[in-house]
Amino acid sequence: MPPRDKRMSEDDVVAELRSGMTIGIGGWGSRRKPMSIVRAILRSDLTDLTVVAYGGPDVGMLCAAGKVRKVVYSFVSLDSIPLEPHFRKAREAGRVTVDELDEGMFLLGLQAAAWRVPFLPTRVGLGSDLLRQPWLSTVRSPYEDPWGAGGDLVAVPAMRLDAALIHMHRGDPHGNGQYLGVDPYFDDLFCMAADRRFMSVEAVVPTVELAGLGPVQSLRIHRLMVDGVVEAPGGARFTSCPPDYERDEETQARYAAAAKDDDATAAFLEEWMQP
Amino acid sequence: MCAVALAELFRGNGEILANPIGNLPMIGGRLARESFEPDLVMTDGEALLVQNAVPIGVDDPEKVVEAWNPYRAMFDIVWSGRRHIVMGPVQIDRHGNANIAWLGSDPQRPKVQMLGFRGGPGNTIQHATSYWVPNHSPRVFVDAVDVVVCVGYDRAAALGDAGRWIRIPGIVTNLAVLDFETPERVARLRSVHPGVTVDDVVAATGFDLVVDGDVPETRSPTPDELAVIDAVDPTGLRYREVPDA
Repeated sequence: MPPRDKRMSEDDVVAELRSGMTIGIGGWGSRRKPMSIVRAILRSDLTDLTVVAYGGPDVGMLCAAGKVRKVVYSFVSLDSIPLEPHFRKAREAGRVTVDELDEGMFLLGLQAAAWRVPFLPTRVGLGSDLLRQPWLSTVRSPYEDPWGAGGDLVAVPAMRLDAALIHMHRGDPHGNGQYLGVDPYFDDLFCMAADRRFMSVEAVVPTVELAGLGPVQSLRIHRLMVDGVVEAPGGARFTSCPPDYERDEETQARYAAAAKDDDATAAFLEEWMQP
Repeated sequence: MCAVALAELFRGNGEILANPIGNLPMIGGRLARESFEPDLVMTDGEALLVQNAVPIGVDDPEKVVEAWNPYRAMFDIVWSGRRHIVMGPVQIDRHGNANIAWLGSDPQRPKVQMLGFRGGPGNTIQHATSYWVPNHSPRVFVDAVDVVVCVGYDRAAALGDAGRWIRIPGIVTNLAVLDFETPERVARLRSVHPGVTVDDVVAATGFDLVVDGDVPETRSPTPDELAVIDAVDPTGLRYREVPDA
């Protein structure tokens, strides 16, 4: 007997979310972001969200639309445009608060949540002003340090998520997902760190076809990680999703330029929100 | 000049990941590998380690792929210490504390939002970090940075043994090369580029720069090195960053 069918629409995903939730978004910068689900959030009345991401236009758009209370980030970038202008604007206006992390520390926070431990230790952050943040503390190792570096370690707290949103190249109806690009990013960890997990895919295919579409290592997401599957061809646009498509630089440039004033931003979002 | 100075940062590094960020640093890294550090490992800027001197500014260049290195594996390299990165600071002080995150005094409402912390804290606590400054000015070389993203030598000293891997081989700018070869590990003028005076550099530096006796001139590229530079930057992207690079 086949396992259950988890297919749903973007609006079904949004119906599972609540204002005030902590939501993790997969991908990296302006690469393989679940933009069609982001678009559905923009259309919804969700607000007061905490967004956790290796940030790109997902973060910028949600900030510009007033959906975000807090961003947990290491960077927010459009890659070909290094600084995300909408995020910048929200930060400089004090419209969102932030928790700031090192890129690798971010991985540890997700990993800790995925493994259900309250923190993971690292040297990353020692000596830096990251430690001026009251939510970030150090611990003393109970063991001798084999490298003779000793001292305290930074304890990166688990970044437990209420929900995770990711976009993959292919998937089956049951929540198995496949990436066909060069980098899996941290999408599996986002799912493992979250209580509710939603995956959009370029195409839903029968399970028997998945393994033939790429090496078995590309089957990075399995159905223990996923509660809902959205078939969304072009679902990452305008971010990149090679080999299916590259970044739509023209649309991204228009999006970035729309940060120049509130009217331009509103006009872009209005157009962008149309399904 | 700048490319050679950047290449010299990697001299003696051996088999580590040379990870220069930005056009001129990338040219410098590739130049080092092609001329005197053949064991350096380099990326294609994304998830692959490539063995050939991939040119910049060229669509679909030929790549000799030697390994797969997605972001998650990159952190394994960073935390193992087998890496030397070249970063571009927004601000840097005489101890080598650097800022790339934001300007201002309120972390929750910066005057200017820049890159965020990115990998700065992790890079600097784990392995060698050099810097490239294409616009040497008092706005970059400051008395105190607004927020310490990349850890310098004074904070390394305060950490004791835990700061043992903090190392800043050098800062290459459009005017000069700085290092930290002083007893107190503060910034020193190592060399000035041809046509630049010591006074020019001191005037463009917002903190007290150590000037130690006669300052030599930064060496110029050899004909062989010039050929490598032209090959890895066939469209002259370096001149867009620094006109007389």
